[in-house]
Amino acid sequence: MSASPAHPSPLHLAVALDGTGWHPAAWREPQARPRDLLTAGYWTDLVTEAERGLLDFVTLEDGLALQSSHRTEPDHRTDQVRGRLDAVLIAARVAPLTRHIGLVPTVVATHTEPFHVSKAIATLDYVSTGRAGLRVRVSRRRHEAEHFGRRAIPRLDAGNPDTPAARELTADLFAEAADYVDVVRRLWDSWEDDAEIRDVATGRFIDRDKLHYIDFEGRHFSVKGPSITPRPPQGQPVITALAHQGVPYRLVGGSTDIGYVTPHGTRQAETIVAEIRAAQAAAGRADEPLHVFGDLVVFLDDEPGAAASRRERLDGLAGYPYTSDAKVFTGTPGHLADLLLEWQRAGLSGFRLRPGVIGHDLEAITRGLVPELQRRGAFRTTYEADTLRGLLGLARPANRYATV
Amino acid sequence: MSKPLKQIHLAAHFPGVNNTTVWSDPEAGSHIEFSSFAHFARTAERAKFDFLFLAEGLRLREQGGKIYDLDVVGRPDTFTVLSALAAVTDRLGLTGTINSTFNEPYEVARQFASLDHLSGGRAAWNVVTSWDAFTGENFRRGGFLPQEERYSRAKEFLATATELFDSWSGEEFVADQAAGTFLADARSGAFAHQGQHFDIAGQFNVPRSPQGRPVIFQAGDSDEGREFAAAGADAIFGRQGTLKEGQAFYTDVKSRLARHGRTPDQLLILPAATFVLGDTDAEAQELAHEVRRKQVSGATAIKHLEFVWNRDLSAYDPDGPLPDIDPDPGEHTIARGRAQVRMYRDPLAVAREWRELAEANKWSIRDLVIETGNRQTFIGSPATVAETINSLVQADAADGFILVPHITPGGLDTFADTVVPLLQERGVFRTEYEGTTLRDHLGLAHPGTEAHRDRAAS
Repeated sequence: MSASPAHPSPLHLAVALDGTGWHPAAWREPQARPRDLLTAGYWTDLVTEAERGLLDFVTLEDGLALQSSHRTEPDHRTDQVRGRLDAVLIAARVAPLTRHIGLVPTVVATHTEPFHVSKAIATLDYVSTGRAGLRVRVSRRRHEAEHFGRRAIPRLDAGNPDTPAARELTADLFAEAADYVDVVRRLWDSWEDDAEIRDVATGRFIDRDKLHYIDFEGRHFSVKGPSITPRPPQGQPVITALAHQGVPYRLVGGSTDIGYVTPHGTRQAETIVAEIRAAQAAAGRADEPLHVFGDLVVFLDDEPGAAASRRERLDGLAGYPYTSDAKVFTGTPGHLADLLLEWQRAGLSGFRLRPGVIGHDLEAITRGLVPELQRRGAFRTTYEADTLRGLLGLARPANRYATV
Repeated sequence: MSKPLKQIHLAAHFPGVNNTTVWSDPEAGSHIEFSSFAHFARTAERAKFDFLFLAEGLRLREQGGKIYDLDVVGRPDTFTVLSALAAVTDRLGLTGTINSTFNEPYEVARQFASLDHLSGGRAAWNVVTSWDAFTGENFRRGGFLPQEERYSRAKEFLATATELFDSWSGEEFVADQAAGTFLADARSGAFAHQGQHFDIAGQFNVPRSPQGRPVIFQAGDSDEGREFAAAGADAIFGRQGTLKEGQAFYTDVKSRLARHGRTPDQLLILPAATFVLGDTDAEAQELAHEVRRKQVSGATAIKHLEFVWNRDLSAYDPDGPLPDIDPDPGEHTIARGRAQVRMYRDPLAVAREWRELAEANKWSIRDLVIETGNRQTFIGSPATVAETINSLVQADAADGFILVPHITPGGLDTFADTVVPLLQERGVFRTEYEGTTLRDHLGLAHPGTEAHRDRAAS
């Protein structure tokens, strides 16, 4: 690798943690620790390793049903990882044992309460002293809806995801998610930072003029506020979402701090970034910082060809070739660094890497890719901030309700 | 042969958002920062307490249409704090108060099952109910639950959550790498519940946790609440701190168990208790009075009177006599978001009684509230308090106590350092944790997988 001058804007790197890794046969690998999946020690070890690699944050996948290889239905498979713990609780469990890395659990907006989630993420921000984020997703799965019994999700044609019914459902769920994020954010601002006064002379614990009703009324829910939890250390924890097309791009452009996107090439990365910037401008947020991260599944080995043959071997164990919504990269850390820097020039400010096999590819990221990027001046060599917003170059926002 | 000594159970209630908590004390710290929770939990664990207890309220309290500002306001999310506390403690049980009206069983069950996994079997759930539209304004479902349905929803909520906890037997999660079998059964976690409040079916996605199910607490004092506890709770969180009240409650609740096919040792009675310690009993009495004055400022006394009068009394002088107007007997509208207002069922009678008391003793409004309000449950030297607690437990007025200190986060420290060793010397409190789970600490059986088999067979 040739040395190149220090990069103008260093990359941001996150890792997406899901079970033993993103390949369905990852759990069969000797380093996989599948029996530890339900223990605190497993998750602490992974996040500690990610922090050792100076990553910006980890995301934790979650869902309100058993995992399934099928888009919309349960698959009743017994040969892949099934069963998981609540992602917010995992993040909270790991928070006191880490110091710098951001913690971004997944939350399903479709079936949960924005009031509960707002205070949960605010509290994650307190227990991590300013390192909380949230990845919001929707659920189109009928069987997940049946776990709640509160709303009916129409049966969709799995073979054709682009029917009018599917489009209508998607638009509705994402509109609700945008309302949900709006409520979560308003609740975070529903206490001004200096609302707690402890004024012994007047006996007042708070200045109630600095607490605010949010009085949100939407199609799916109304929320009065204020939150029961004071404004979190970051003011606004970081909100993120994964998006593959126009409707979710509008959620990213209108409501989030980071959008994860799935380009398969440089040109496509440029196109997607342009679409998101347009959605951002249309939402009146053109002057606000918004990161666009590329999602990649990664299989990394130092030996050229080794990652590809590892993926093939895992495909054999799984019984079918692994495919993903995101580009699947197999190769060396050096080649991945080349690709990330090329895509960065296409407008992406960071990447969320999904390790094919966590037991192997997480360390390949932290001990292989990261030093490679550092050599090229493209990644931090020490944590430069104490909060997740700080690591991402996002200022602590003013409170929308504050009058001064 | 004398009766063997009962072992006392002790728990620590993080100071809450009512006037018991003295925030004006120079020693009082944050009620939100994690360092306060960590300090409190570590003290409780150092003292070998059974568990830590968190209360919850899902809407900020209001009085006279304004957010109530005289007590501590605000608290963090229960599950998130408990999971973080699991990282800084090893054995201490972690009890969270979670509402059955403004949650859904699938989500709450997976949160408690997750907490139980992440804490190695230390989770407990204090099931509370509410029906008020006031709190409902923060949630999807709003406030349309009629009051008479709150226990029926709570019962069905708990029954449904239990079905979800029991939907995994614990034997499905095999993760056999060589054989390529991750789950032993494709139908793992299958459940179907159809009832008045919930109609849900599918597969639960958290495999069986170390305790099988979290320990279940119930806090209600009413007949319905007692019956609910007798039917399915592992512990009841009461308010009876005296020998007579405690024994009456204890006998009543324990006698209900047989009707539900349960034995008296399957439900623990753990009243909440406040305390003030001094070097001597006299010093403790003096300190207790000082604490009461800090808990009841003039402004707080007026607000307290408003609960009974159901009127705006802000024009009255707390150091003057009680109002001569009568309470408004209409629908209670002055205070919202607190359970306390239901304590005064006959406000006219209470007002009459209070006026007589104040006149006879020459009490001002503030004096009256201080004197008639809840005195601390235990006041005395460490020896006196240890003796009181032990005798109440040995006399079957309780199985132990949930202690509510008035200072955050250090209010438990002295108790841990002075009273606990005396109880240990008497051989009535553990000197080391014997087990790892909260069920172990409380002497409760781990639910077997029979329930799962019964369900599978039916």
